Amino acid sequence: MRHNGAALTLTLDGEKVAFTRGETLYEVAERHGRDIPTLCYDPRLEPFGGCRLCVVELEGARNPVASCTMRAEPGMVVRTRTASIEVQRRILMEMVASENRDTDVDPMHGYASQEMAELLDRYDARTGRFAGATSGRSRPDDDNPFIMRDYENCISCYRCVRVCAEQEGDYAISVMNRGFHTQITTEFGGHLKDSACTFCGQCIQTCPTGALGDLKALANKDVPGETETTRTVCPYCGVGCSVDVMTRGEKIVGVLPAMDGPANEGALCVKGQFAFDFVHHPDRLSTPFVRDDESGELRPASWDEALDFAAGKLRKVVKDHGRRAVYGIASGRAPHEAAYMMQRFIRAGLGTNHIDNCSRA
Amino acid sequence: MSNPLADMDKPDVIFCIGTNMTECHPVAATRLKRALARGAKMIVADPRRIGLAEIADVHLPLRVGSDVSLLLAMAHVIAREGLMDQAFIGERTAHGEDFMEHVAQYTPEWAAEICECDPADIEKAALLYGGADRGAIYYTVGVTEHICGVDNVQSLCNLALMTGNLGREGTGVNPMRGQNNIQGAGDAGALPNNYPGFQTVTDPAHQEKFHKAYGRKVDLETGMTKVTALDLCGDGIHAMIIDGENTLVTDPDRHHCEHALKSLDCLVVIDIFMTETAKVADVVFPATAWAETDGVCTNTERRVQRLRAAVPPPGEAKPDWWILSQLARRMGWQGFDFGSAKEVFNELCALSPLYNGLDWDRIDRGEYQWPVPTHDHPGTPRLHEERFENGRGIFKMLEYRDPEETISDEYPMWLTTGRRLPQYHTRTQTGRSDGIDYLLSEETLEVHPEDIVRLGLKDGGYAELSNPRGCVYVKVRATSKSPKGTVFASFAFEDVPVNVLTGGGYDPVTQTAALKACPVALKPVGPPPALTQTGPETGFAAL
Repeated sequence: MRHNGAALTLTLDGEKVAFTRGETLYEVAERHGRDIPTLCYDPRLEPFGGCRLCVVELEGARNPVASCTMRAEPGMVVRTRTASIEVQRRILMEMVASENRDTDVDPMHGYASQEMAELLDRYDARTGRFAGATSGRSRPDDDNPFIMRDYENCISCYRCVRVCAEQEGDYAISVMNRGFHTQITTEFGGHLKDSACTFCGQCIQTCPTGALGDLKALANKDVPGETETTRTVCPYCGVGCSVDVMTRGEKIVGVLPAMDGPANEGALCVKGQFAFDFVHHPDRLSTPFVRDDESGELRPASWDEALDFAAGKLRKVVKDHGRRAVYGIASGRAPHEAAYMMQRFIRAGLGTNHIDNCSRA
Repeated sequence: MSNPLADMDKPDVIFCIGTNMTECHPVAATRLKRALARGAKMIVADPRRIGLAEIADVHLPLRVGSDVSLLLAMAHVIAREGLMDQAFIGERTAHGEDFMEHVAQYTPEWAAEICECDPADIEKAALLYGGADRGAIYYTVGVTEHICGVDNVQSLCNLALMTGNLGREGTGVNPMRGQNNIQGAGDAGALPNNYPGFQTVTDPAHQEKFHKAYGRKVDLETGMTKVTALDLCGDGIHAMIIDGENTLVTDPDRHHCEHALKSLDCLVVIDIFMTETAKVADVVFPATAWAETDGVCTNTERRVQRLRAAVPPPGEAKPDWWILSQLARRMGWQGFDFGSAKEVFNELCALSPLYNGLDWDRIDRGEYQWPVPTHDHPGTPRLHEERFENGRGIFKMLEYRDPEETISDEYPMWLTTGRRLPQYHTRTQTGRSDGIDYLLSEETLEVHPEDIVRLGLKDGGYAELSNPRGCVYVKVRATSKSPKGTVFASFAFEDVPVNVLTGGGYDPVTQTAALKACPVALKPVGPPPALTQTGPETGFAAL
């Protein structure tokens, strides 16, 4: 973008860089490869300026400014990583961690759950210098099977409250009290089930400390093996949200929303986030079945037998009633290849158009 | 959808009709909520006071099945107030003048008699949508699952055409598809009237193309729809292959459906569970599930995306395409020697003009929305930008028609059906995922509190819902979410099979079942006998 015919520029750590009107200092710095620490920042949310970790020195300003809320202006001179800023950040990290019961949580808690632990390492801030009172009251009484509410590890960054309001539009959770006594809560302080919560899990995934945790994934935290992720698309409605399926060995241990998913941009609903374990349900069919001629019951069969059995029956129908007596119904839940092969079977095999899918009902 | 999902936070005025989006497409609904937070206005037409209605500027609680009357009256107001986009009508449409003349008779007062909405609200909605710079329409099967489903959609198109709300950012006529690959099933040619890529089967050029590709001549006549095929089971149709559909539970008129499937000489079912439908099959093939299958799906905005296997399937389960190609080979047919999903998808791409520019590797990151006619084409996030595919947008002169079955002294209540947020379809998947039942473990019939009193029902008590097709017992819940005279239940739970009752007709063009408007009688019953349902003939009570 041009301003008075010239590119907008500012000085970032001694380097002249261009920016776009409306960008924050944090965004400009990040775009130029600076790794400014944050805890209350989620790029999908309005900047909040709560954690003060992203402070930078701005020439002419009396105190360091929060880069996430400060808009870039032409001619600004900004320093992102001076010795005094780094000391300030370290002290902040020491203080933040001092209020929590745990500084390390299992990564199965959620997408952002390691952010605080990583910054504590980066700033060598596990000093315990400010040990003392801890803040936040956990809610083990909330018996919901999806969202752990362990506020003794909450740092009041409000990311959960903001994602629920700004991204989901649900306003299910909010903040009670102030200062040291700040508590994330629901209307009337009850259980999530009795609030406007839809259990989309977005609060879990944005929590930087693991105060909120994915209970379904955590149930698998002792499954042996390294966690691997596979990018795929949610199996439910037609929105087509991208997800990263977490696996250990041959087991699905959880689902993470794909922040760069083109349809969902990190959002999911209760089904996409939590309804994945049907895949491993003991009811899954693991062998073909054929209807036994004598007993009239379905019984397990080999692929060879079942394919021959089906082909024999179909051939007999074609012989007795003609090729137009066979009908194919494709699934709206299976991939293209399934639907394509069903229509190919009917068209290339039988030469008819007796093929449909399940969209009429 | 004519427009991309990313457009959903851009309209000035949103018109949602027959779409319970916060429950059925929750992630898409978050975009609408962001538009509202930005200052957009929203009209919601739905018989029930659904979640979207709670946050709408205008809620039109229309009587089920009366959509055409409401939409004609909205067109009337827009025409009367001169809110049309004359340039768009002149350049892009046909029969505009006839249409304005046609709607002159359909006043909001006329419509109010039919759709039972306040004429002032109809005016307000029409002025909002008609006055929008960017007006976007979103609908789901609340619009299509009626005997006039096509008329309903065309009524929406009329509104968009007269106001020029097509082909631009934040506008469009946007159906929200309900299943992860229902769009793809049609794209891939699983339709009786179309080859892959919506190439009509009646066109000799298309027939020639597929004759060449498949080495076999295919009938030049359109095939029958699934609905007709189910009607003709045992009488013309003697074998069915059903992939991944619990037809018995999801289709209307369950007793008819069960009878149809049992009349077949051969029923082959491919599924991941022993569904009610699989239980009546002659052969059941075990398929690989989501997260076990490599493949492709297309979402509601025509985005072609990869599905990837993350874990191996149980036992001997196989991908659907493998099962069908093996079966074809056992039938003795040539040309079914596919080695991978990639080979299958690439053959589809080569034969579909919408996918010609795509292949397995190119869709790796899900960037493309069809049509993608060539390899250097960027894809088409927004349809109809410069022109309509078939020339001009044609106004349709529609008339309101009553549903095939309407309420009477004997069956005085409307039953309408749908989904609920935590459970999906017949719970084959969500019912087998830990925790989901915590949110919703049983079905209840939503009844307006005044109807509860009038009919002698009890909140938390039980009711018998019946019509000539059968009867269903269900727990009653008093809620003003339901309008007076209309009750709602989902079809998710096996012990409340509401599709025993539905089935009052089909759209004459698409043969989509009228699942959303079903007259029933409703009476209190004591504690449930065994929470079962019975039918006139089969009486299959042990479910």
